[in-house]
Amino acid sequence: MEHIRLPKVDNVRLLDRISPRRSRVGTLYLTATHTIFVENEAGVRNETWVLHSLVCSLEKQAATASGCSLLIHCKNFQVLNFVIPRERECHDVHLSLQRLSQPERPDELYCFSYKPNIDAEERRQEWDFLDLRADYRRMGLPNSLWKLSSVNQHYKVSDTYPADLFVPESATPPVIVGSSKFRSRGRFPTLSYYSKENHATICRSSQPLSGFSARCLEDEQMLEAILRSNPRSDFMYVVDTRPKLNAIANRAAGKGYENEDNYSNIKFQFIGIENIHVMRNSQQKMMEVCELRSPSMSDFLEGLETSGWLKHIKAVLDAGIFIAKAVAEEGVSVLVHCSDGWDRTAQVCSVACVLLDPHYRTLRGLMVLIEKDWISFGHKFSHRCNHLQGDPKEVSPVIDQFLECVWQLMEQFPCAFEFNARFLITIHSHIYSCQYGNFIGNNQRERTELGLRGKTHSLWSYLWMNRADYINPLYRPDHSQTQGLLRPSTAPYCFKFWRALYNRFDRGMHPRQSVEDYLSAIQEETQQLEEQLASHKQKIAQLEQKQEWSVPQKAVPFDKSPTGWTFCNDLANTPQDYTGGFFTSSPCQPRAPITFQNEESNKTSESILSNGSDQESGIADVSCRSPLSEDSTRDPDSDEAAYSAS
Amino acid sequence: MEFSEHIKTANVEDVVLRQPLHPPGRGTLCITGHHLLFSDREEGSCRQVLLLLRNIDAIEKSVENLLTCSGLFSNAGLSQRLSGSSGTITIKCKDLRVLQLDIPGMEECLNIARSIETLSCLDSMSELYPFFYRPSSASLRDQWGLSSLERHYSQMKELHDRWRLSTVNRDFSVCPSYPQAVIVPKSTDDDMLEKVAKFRQGGRFPVLCYYHKKNGMVIMRSSQPLTGANRKHCREDEQLLQAVIDGSDKGYIIDTRSSQQALQARMTGGGLESKSCYSSWKRLQRQMERGKALQESLIKLVEACGEESNNMDRWLSKLENSKWLSHVQTALSTAGLLAECVERDGHSVLVHGSEGTDSTLLISTLAQLIMDPSCRTLEGFLTLLEREWVQAGHPFQQRCAHSAHSHARLQQESPVFLLLLDCVWQLWRQFPLALGFSEALLLRLATEAYASDYGTFLGNNQQERCALGVKENTHCLFQALLRPRERDCYSNPLYEHTELAIWPSVYPQSLQLWRGFFLRWTPQTHHLEEAQEEIRNMVIEWGKLALSSCPASTRRSEDVQNM
Repeated sequence: MEHIRLPKVDNVRLLDRISPRRSRVGTLYLTATHTIFVENEAGVRNETWVLHSLVCSLEKQAATASGCSLLIHCKNFQVLNFVIPRERECHDVHLSLQRLSQPERPDELYCFSYKPNIDAEERRQEWDFLDLRADYRRMGLPNSLWKLSSVNQHYKVSDTYPADLFVPESATPPVIVGSSKFRSRGRFPTLSYYSKENHATICRSSQPLSGFSARCLEDEQMLEAILRSNPRSDFMYVVDTRPKLNAIANRAAGKGYENEDNYSNIKFQFIGIENIHVMRNSQQKMMEVCELRSPSMSDFLEGLETSGWLKHIKAVLDAGIFIAKAVAEEGVSVLVHCSDGWDRTAQVCSVACVLLDPHYRTLRGLMVLIEKDWISFGHKFSHRCNHLQGDPKEVSPVIDQFLECVWQLMEQFPCAFEFNARFLITIHSHIYSCQYGNFIGNNQRERTELGLRGKTHSLWSYLWMNRADYINPLYRPDHSQTQGLLRPSTAPYCFKFWRALYNRFDRGMHPRQSVEDYLSAIQEETQQLEEQLASHKQKIAQLEQKQEWSVPQKAVPFDKSPTGWTFCNDLANTPQDYTGGFFTSSPCQPRAPITFQNEESNKTSESILSNGSDQESGIADVSCRSPLSEDSTRDPDSDEAAYSAS
Repeated sequence: MEFSEHIKTANVEDVVLRQPLHPPGRGTLCITGHHLLFSDREEGSCRQVLLLLRNIDAIEKSVENLLTCSGLFSNAGLSQRLSGSSGTITIKCKDLRVLQLDIPGMEECLNIARSIETLSCLDSMSELYPFFYRPSSASLRDQWGLSSLERHYSQMKELHDRWRLSTVNRDFSVCPSYPQAVIVPKSTDDDMLEKVAKFRQGGRFPVLCYYHKKNGMVIMRSSQPLTGANRKHCREDEQLLQAVIDGSDKGYIIDTRSSQQALQARMTGGGLESKSCYSSWKRLQRQMERGKALQESLIKLVEACGEESNNMDRWLSKLENSKWLSHVQTALSTAGLLAECVERDGHSVLVHGSEGTDSTLLISTLAQLIMDPSCRTLEGFLTLLEREWVQAGHPFQQRCAHSAHSHARLQQESPVFLLLLDCVWQLWRQFPLALGFSEALLLRLATEAYASDYGTFLGNNQQERCALGVKENTHCLFQALLRPRERDCYSNPLYEHTELAIWPSVYPQSLQLWRGFFLRWTPQTHHLEEAQEEIRNMVIEWGKLALSSCPASTRRSEDVQNM
């Protein structure tokens, strides 16, 4: 509370990003966890809530006659532009928010103050909802080839690895420890995925400390042991996900990559995925394009190309495909690493898992996968998502890219995934929101030290409880698309811009009707009807038995007409748990009118239209102004697109 | 003319056909006056591929030792010596499919290639396949077409007060590209119309194209006025337009050219409506790409889609460079503007560009889809296309003579109709429940406009079709699309009638490449088709249950019945 310099400002304007003249006036409140904007409109109480932990950047612009503008960019890609009447107030809000959005200590994080009405026992169940050991058991582990090693209990061998790790049966603790000393941050090769069908595995590690010529016998033995754990294969791939040049540069720092001559039967391969800094800049550039006020098609496509974002997405997916094919089609094990083995390695291993195993394409499976390859293996969420005030150079949208890869696959295989895009977007929001404990800290050790299981809540059980919102109605477990290895195309034209995530809050850009919602509704109805039919049949049978030919009870006609109009529930993709203090979505979002047509005609448009009408040679208005210019009084909540841009 | 003169080799055995989405097959190739027929001879399968020659946009042939056999046909001995050789013909279709034929025997290969080249672009319309197509399921006596202007007018009772049906063009002498009947303001007589026709390019005087029932406002369309360099004016034209907005204070003219283009048109006899003569009309210039530029845009896009390159930057820059999506954006936003004028601003609009046969029809059609629920059903949409494109004189024969692959010198080709279908697809994407037809219909129309068994898209206007006896001698596509089995495939299972206008979003983020068409022959599209199939099954399943458990008690189950 001590950080709030000014709890309330009146007469604040919230500008519409796309048409700034369409603004709303209201009161701005700062609370310990949220910024809340309450619109002063008679009759309706429109509120916009923004969680402080989602604030990514704040920009105070120079004061003008109308006030002082404060631009807030959020990590979930919401952009808010407030105009605060007095500079002084704006300054105070700016400073307060700056502090509130950048907690210095972990205990200031939202998850520690988020208190839904759940008791300790339920909380324990929440955290037990996902069990990684169960997933390894599902894979068929441990078995005669792979064992659970206790070498990293208490995080002694690698402080960024989880305590439970699977290693080849023949790998002895001295080999593991020896190998870990030859790898960055002690991240020795360990199992990420095991294919029951053919014993091929995906293993992961960090880069070897090979420098120009260093060798390590134990590391070589470790790889040998991995290779031997796949009895049918006589070689394995070692995939370095960095561009070759980056890997070579690392050699000068005593790091580097495996020398094929020193390891028996490995095939070494570079797959050039760029580093976190390139990815950060790329996303920033793409977001600049997304935020252009009225871009032409060319501006947009050029900007998208210049950002390089889709190129990077394709690189990650290409790498995932390479590994998935090696495992499924060649039956060859793969060791994947990058530099530290927690960014690109996590991306590539998890994408490969999604391609390989239909289980990871289910709701629960994707949660497990994120828990396994990202959370347990020490993807540095706190640094990458900038949860705490820290080094901006550590921030990078690595997990965004994974989620987008999954989305791109869903677009290619609409029947193969149990979950919908809303699921991915919700996960994305919560990775950044700090509302749940799952994504706090940089590794398992830190999370244990923070005592997250006892003090915070788990997102996974929340998502599971609300799974009805996240089911893809087209998912068919028995569909041909769903079986075995997914074979996506990575031709450039297969990659799309993910509007639903990056322009999520620009309501006017999205389809106005949702096939998915419609199908979900009729799916539900179909189920109900089937039940009804069954019960009727039963009744008829009973009646027939009794030989009483009275009229069977008539079915209740269905009034509930599933409808797919989406323009009033555009925030349906974030649960609106107001009492729980949820973020971003105000409990009463301004609703679009149900009718499209504006009942009142534009009273003021005429005067505008007559402007500039006496131009020479009878050419009226050659400018591109719409007859229904933005000045005209128009329903501010109308979802209608403006066609004036040309 | 006998087709056989053009066929030197009618049959070749042992040909290998490679086509997208199928494994290669070996079999017999036949060429007839209108078709290529390939029958697979593999064990256990009997696949046949029948390709309309008219669908072939371009072919490329490569034979071994082509240079040494330039005297092939004058030297009989040589052809024998070369009998062990073979050739390959790559066929690029107007529906963007690319096929490859490996033909044993160089002479056979060259003969086939030559036949395809000649027969795929016959000039004489009466020799085209629609005049020979006689399916057993239909009779030439079946009704041709879905509606006529006469019928349209008689159904629209609310028009009768102020509008009349004029048959001034019954012999096509006033305007060769108009149908015989048109709807005009009641106060303008036929003499006036004749005078107005002389003042408009190609005689396309302003006619009614859409009446907005909610407020009585209308969309008119015409061609440009022939004011010329010395700014002629025509009192009858002014009177006609005044009669349109009778009782209202003003109307809009949406000119689909830039103001500079419109001014330049004066130099060649065209022009625009001056403020002084049309004081109640407010002109809005909205430049839309047309003609050759549009065709080149299509060629570039198709080339980009066909490229094997794996490079993302290259793809995006080629996509941008083609400008196709920009044209989609312009068309939709101009149509949106037009609909806004009528629906929200409550004024009548006259639309024209120069000839009034291309971009004019494009935006007036889209605006009608946006505003009028009755053209969003399957029948409604086909009727709209019949009225606004076929009868209104979009020159299909000229515009669709070649598509994106052709090496022929461009003449009048321009994919305006394809652009319309793309825009309609974008609407369908944004309002997946509001349109009564499926993507499959749009794809079918995109194919049929370029090469067809049916007579619907033959010729450039009604006059030509009358002269050819299209109605008497060919079958009608629109009727065929409404037969029960076709209807199942071409209707949208999710369709829900809505009275609301469907305003499309025209942000670049909201518009997408029409993968179903431009990448139709890639395996990825197949997965999406499977999803559509899945949707259809779900709705059918639901519909059955809804019917069986509460017969006719819900509105929506009736929809399913009617589907």
